[in-house]
Formats: sequence, structure tokens, C-alpha cells
Amino acid sequence: MHALSVKNLRKVYPHNLVALKDINLEVREGDFFGMLGPNGAGKSTTIGILCSLVNKTSGKVSVFGYDLDTDLEAAKSCIGVVPQEFNFNPFEKVIQIVVNQAGYYGIPRNVAMQRAEIYLKKLGLWEKRNQMAIRLSGGMKRRLMIARALINEPKLLILDEPTAGVDIELRYDLWKYLTELNEQGTTIILTTHYLEEAEHLCKNIAIIDRGEIIENSNVKSLIARLNIQTIILDLTEPVLKIPYLPNYRFRMLDDSTMEIEIARDQSLNALFTELSFQGINVNSMRNKTNRLEELFVRLIAENKKN
Amino acid sequence: MNSTSFRTYIALQTILRKEIARFTRIWSQTLLPPAITMTLYFIIFGKLIGSQIRDIHGVTYMQYIVPGLAMMSIMTNAYANTSSSFFGAKFSKSIEEMLVSSMPSYVILVGYMFGGALRGLLVGLIVILISLFFTHLHIQYWSIVLVMAVMSALVFSLGGLINGIFAKKFDDVSFIPTFVLTPLTYLGGVFYSLKQLPEPWQTLSILNPVLNMVDTFRFGMLGISDVSIYFSLAMVAILFLILLIWCLNLLKKGVGLRT
Repeated sequence: MHALSVKNLRKVYPHNLVALKDINLEVREGDFFGMLGPNGAGKSTTIGILCSLVNKTSGKVSVFGYDLDTDLEAAKSCIGVVPQEFNFNPFEKVIQIVVNQAGYYGIPRNVAMQRAEIYLKKLGLWEKRNQMAIRLSGGMKRRLMIARALINEPKLLILDEPTAGVDIELRYDLWKYLTELNEQGTTIILTTHYLEEAEHLCKNIAIIDRGEIIENSNVKSLIARLNIQTIILDLTEPVLKIPYLPNYRFRMLDDSTMEIEIARDQSLNALFTELSFQGINVNSMRNKTNRLEELFVRLIAENKKN
Repeated sequence: MNSTSFRTYIALQTILRKEIARFTRIWSQTLLPPAITMTLYFIIFGKLIGSQIRDIHGVTYMQYIVPGLAMMSIMTNAYANTSSSFFGAKFSKSIEEMLVSSMPSYVILVGYMFGGALRGLLVGLIVILISLFFTHLHIQYWSIVLVMAVMSALVFSLGGLINGIFAKKFDDVSFIPTFVLTPLTYLGGVFYSLKQLPEPWQTLSILNPVLNMVDTFRFGMLGISDVSIYFSLAMVAILFLILLIWCLNLLKKGVGLRT
């Protein structure tokens, strides 16, 4: 069964602003699905429609087989959502926010209290449960929204840029927790601007640009399509003369740092041999951007050209 | 109770609990000001000025204004509660917590409506208790008092909810109470008898729902009235149904809530 099925979904905002152009999308149960795209591409509109915060213009959406038009309540009972912006009453206590959310789903208070304890502890907020939300740090507020989204134990968890503005340590903790949830069977849909995050977490991804899905595939096969990688070489010693490398596109970033493009059919050994031959030794190397990011930038640029 | 009804009941209970917690937590903004204002009304209009005014329909002026002031408090507080609470939830975006959940739109409506009505009725009770320091009351028809108090509270609570749904900024929440409700209330027979008005104002006033609410409430408390209580009850019931259907429609369509 598909956790999510979207058919010909279209959204036109006032003043004829077309946000989604009849998109089609399917997310399998148990998937960790990434939705990537530049700002204004239509990611949040899509998520807004799934959570019924945005009215669609046309098309069909179903969640675990429940049609949003005919079985809205049943569909929504399967979903937990972590929005991009903070959307809780900042003057309510942490515990109240989470327990009230459970109440809106019809979960009795005693069960809600037990679950709140589990999720607030898991997300490191239990000690802050009696504090007003306004007093939490930015990272804690994000975690609060995740705890709130989990309180109805959703089969489909939707996260709209959950790690925006979150420090690295917390980001890694969240990645670990999300992976754990996914392994336990929760289907996750994630939008993010951190492509490293998508590459690390997602099994499948869709790239949306200007209201259209321009790519929808699994992460591994997508990355395999990357023909050229750009790598940065840190040289052992500064070079006085620009090296002669006719088979490569490269530029010197400074005396001892070189940026070079390697095509898929070119071997690194050959490059290092040529460099050694010219008396240049490499101290370390790294990718200029992560692989998915490189591919993402190229696909978006191609779409713009078309 | 089947599982759907049970979930609906829990969701409704959650909104109600939240609303009651909200207006009792900020009691100094919600319960205390009307108590002080009405005490001043009783002292100034009831005692100081009222002592110079002759009896109306056989009751003292103080007794005459008590039902009107109690009803005025019920209406304004029921309205203020839903309009400010709902708009506040929209403003902080916390309304999305309810919109994304599996509870149907009518539960949101009923929860806010009862929350506002409860605050209105609580303030009305406080006003009546304060009035006992100034005069004695002998309720004539408990059933009419209760029916009209509850129905008026529900009507104004729904009115506040509609205001909250349409409001885009804080000014919009105070516009209707200032420019529509206050004039209707002051011209709604709180301080005078309809019979004191010249024509055509006497006939036109009968179309003012506030006058019908105040007058019928006064009939229940004191046994005196200027208009037919059947007409008033029918008018309030019809108004309630119109607002209820309108409000439900707005919530279902997501007017002011969904883009």
C-alpha cells in the first residue's frame, strides 16, 4: 500500500499564481522520502495540502488509501506534521501543548500523559515540561514540534525543514531519532535545504522546481547519474607555476589549493600520477559540495534553461 | 459510545478545558473588569441617579437595570472570548494544531462556542451576585432566565467566532464590538423601557435582537416586559441557527484559515 498517493495535484493561488502544476507522486509505506527544491518551488504548498492547511485547486490525494476529499478525518488521523514555522501558543506550557494535541486527535488524557512523557524524554524536553514554550531555545522549540507531531503515533510523519537553524549536534541527534522511527515502520516525508541531510536519511527523493517534479527516483541511482564531481585538493607545498593538466578542468583557489572536476570515466590514480610527475603532492582531498547537492544544482539549472 | 463519538467527545473536552483555562488564567483581564464596571454602573446609575428616577413597571430603577446589565455582560463577554481567543490562535498559528488533527470542523465550532458562552454566563452570574449588595431580587421564571441567558451567550459567542474567523489584524477584533454591538446594547433597553421611546423608534427597536434578549431576560427575572417573549425567543433561536450554519460553513471551507 502507498502511504501517500498524489494524482494531478494542482494549486493556483490568487492572482493566478500557479504553485503546483498537476504533480504526481507516490510514497511507499515505510519509505524515508525526501522532497527537495529551491525556495518557492511548491514543497510547502504540497505539504500544506496533505495536512489540509492549504485548499487544493484540483487533483486527488490519498493517505494510506483514505481520500482527502471523502475520508478527511481518517486520512488526518494517519498523519503527524512538523511545520517549518513555530505554530504553538508560546504562552502555553510544553506539556499542555503536547497533551492538548493528543486531545484534538481524541486520545484520552491519561494515555496522552503517558505518551507525552515518552516523547518529551526521548527529545530531551521532559525537564522543561512545565516551562512556557516562549522560554525554550530555538532548537528546543523544534523538538517540541516533533514531540507534538508524534503524540498521535502517526503512520506518516511529515517534516518541513525540521533542522533549519538547529546546531550540528542536535541535527545529528534528530537524524538518529528519525532513522530509528523509520526503522520502526513510520513512513517519513522530509523537506530540507540541507542536501547532506537528504542524502544521509532518504531512500527516495523528488525534486520539485517551479511547481513541477523534475526528478523522482531513489537516492543511490540518482547519485550514480552524477557524471562529474568537483573535488578540492590541498597540496603539500605551494606551487609556483600553474600545473599542466590538459585532460582536466581545474583552477587554483590559492597557491596550495586546487579545485578540479573529475569525470566518471577518469581515474583518480591517473590524476595523482600526473600531479606527482610535476612534483606536486596532495595532502588531502574533499568533495566541493556533497554529491546530491552537485546533482541538485545541475538539475535545477537545466530546468531553468528549458 | 462508539470509538468515533468517544474521540469527538475527548476533542471537544480538550478545547473546552483549554478555553476555560485561558479565561480563568487571565481572570484579571476577563472576570475582574466587568465586575468593577458593573459595580460602578450600580453605584452611579442605580443608587445615585436611579434614586431620582421613578419606578418603571412597578419596580425600582435599580431593580430594572440589573437584568439588562447582567445580560449586557453575558453578551459582551461571550463575544469577546471567542473573537479574541480564536483570533489569538490564528495570529500565533496555533489554530493549525486543530486544523491538522483528525477532529471535524464542527467540534472546533462547538468547543469555542461553549467556551465563550461559559465565560459570558460566569460573568453574568458575578454581576447578579454583585447586584445583591444593592437590591433584592426575586426571580419570577427560572426557566426563561436560564434559556435566554444560555441562548444569548451562544449567539454572541458564535458572533465572536465569526469575527475571529474574518479578522486579519487585532483592530478587526475590536471594530464590531465598538461600532455595532455597543450601540445596539445601549439602545437595547438596558437603561430604559421601550415604552419611553417615541415612534418610529419604538417599532424599529423591536428588530434589535439585543433588546429582545434583554427584555425577555428581564421578564424572567422581574415578570415585566415590553415585547412578546414568544417573538423574542423565536428571533433569538432563528438568529442562533443562522449564525451556527454560517459559522460551520466558514470553518468547513477554511475561510480565513486555509489558503
